[in-house]
Amino acid sequence: MRIEEHPILSFENEKRKKIKFIFDGKEYEGLEGDTIASALHAAGVKVLGHHYANNRPRGFYCAIGNCSSCLMTVDGEPNVRICVEELKEGMVVETQKGKGELK
Amino acid sequence: MITTEIAIIGGGPAGLSAAISAASLGAKVAILERDGRLGGQLIKQTHKFFGSEKQYASTRGFDIAKILEEEMEKYKDKIDIYTNATVLGLYEDGVLTIEHNKKYMKMKPEKIIVATGASEKFLSFPNNDLPGIYGAGAVQTLMNEYGVKPGNNVLMVGAGNIGLIVSYQLMQAGVRVKAIIDAAPQIGGYLVHASKVRRAGVPILVSHTIKRAHGKESVEGATIWQLDERWQPIEGTEKYLDVDVICISVGLSPLTEFLWQAGCEMKYIPELGGHVAIRDENLETSVNGIFIAGDVAGVEEASSAMVEGRLAGICAANSLGYGDDRFEELRRDYTEQLKSLRSGPVGAKIVSGLSKVTVKKQFA
Ligand SMILES: Cc1cc2nc3c(=O)[nH]c(=O)nc-3n(C[C@H](O)[C@H](O)[C@H](O)COP(=O)(O)OP(=O)(O)OC[C@H]3O[C@@H](n4cnc5c(N)ncnc54)[C@H](O)[C@@H]3O)c2cc1C
Ligand code: FES
Repeated sequence: MRIEEHPILSFENEKRKKIKFIFDGKEYEGLEGDTIASALHAAGVKVLGHHYANNRPRGFYCAIGNCSSCLMTVDGEPNVRICVEELKEGMVVETQKGKGELK
Repeated sequence: MITTEIAIIGGGPAGLSAAISAASLGAKVAILERDGRLGGQLIKQTHKFFGSEKQYASTRGFDIAKILEEEMEKYKDKIDIYTNATVLGLYEDGVLTIEHNKKYMKMKPEKIIVATGASEKFLSFPNNDLPGIYGAGAVQTLMNEYGVKPGNNVLMVGAGNIGLIVSYQLMQAGVRVKAIIDAAPQIGGYLVHASKVRRAGVPILVSHTIKRAHGKESVEGATIWQLDERWQPIEGTEKYLDVDVICISVGLSPLTEFLWQAGCEMKYIPELGGHVAIRDENLETSVNGIFIAGDVAGVEEASSAMVEGRLAGICAANSLGYGDDRFEELRRDYTEQLKSLRSGPVGAKIVSGLSKVTVKKQFA
């Protein structure tokens, strides 16, 4: 759900470069300038994972890197705060199982 | 190990103003900003600011950020800017540890100005952890920085300035705001903002709170109910709202981790949003050489954050021996500006809070 019209801001979505990435095995598309969180949200993905202990769904909360509600595994690295991680071509984003382990 | 004269943690309005004023007196400064862009909260604010001329009143927030960045250009050789630089710790020996572009880095400054801002408070109610429940600042970031809508129908919890402004911004983005509720018996924000959303047809319900959120994997609805004069919910007043986003706007609390870690004397001051550092009139904390400015010193507004930044900047620079000829005059000017910014009814609360944490004499 991108904002197409706005009285003050102009996002020029058509002019922004498309960026392809993989989320849980499926290909998605974001735009240049997106964070992983904004790209996922624009594609309708709100649930970013499930709590490691009680299995309740998790989404983002602060969107500025303060609260750690949005942790996911990115290119194999666990516990990445995806609300402040810039989206890059070919990124592999995965829902995290458990607390995440460093390799 | 990188050395500098003054390290500034946080590149929001307070941090940028501090950098400009310290550099203008001749000090060498380094700005450390976690985000990829400078400007802090300002870059997502599309509304025109209130305040007075000197603090860029009636300019839009994101334009103020640009003005500050241009002003910094003048002191290019004095200001080092590090973006994507998250400060991780502040140690007893004055060393800062930093993650900069995924690399670990250390910095040893002579003085430190902490300008980390504030983080959003949360509210407890059943199902408050469902995806679709977002902080007001998060919604603003998503819309105004990235151009993405948070959903289609929103319940806004909190009728302070931020709740009102973000509601208006939601409408500008083409999102419906079903209601704004506030537990207090009156609207907390300025009347101009409240009238604007009311005119647009959004009901503002005071003495109302959220009873619970509904949904399995994400928000599908919310139940609100009324509070009596003792703030107790009244059975039978429940209303169901068909919303997919619940936006929480119940205030901010200062981001003070570094001040705790450095051993600054702290005090809980509700008027300032939570725990804040005891400081003197030059904004220096109880730890020699550590200064504070902006929301971290007490949650307030960008206008006062910028003046506090200027004040902390000249005080830190002067403590290193810079600007003796102009220091007193500038200090008086900034102190006067702060006084006049805090002269209104909202300011009275701030002034009362500040009186409990500001010590007259400079710490030895
Ligand atoms: C919706 C809304 C509307 C507002 N409207 C107005 C208005 O009309 N007028 C007005 O005067 N004020 C307004 N404000 C308030 C104003 O935005 C804030 O008071 C102001 O931004 C505070 O400035 P600051 O520099 O202290 O903090 P911030 O702007 O929050 O900046 C702090 C910076 O520090 C960085 N940081 C934090 N931790 C670290 C770390 N560990 N390492 C490195 N960097 C770090 C952050 O990334 C951030 O960039 C509004 C606020 C909101 C949310
Ligand atoms: S949502 Fe808070 S850290 Fe990402």
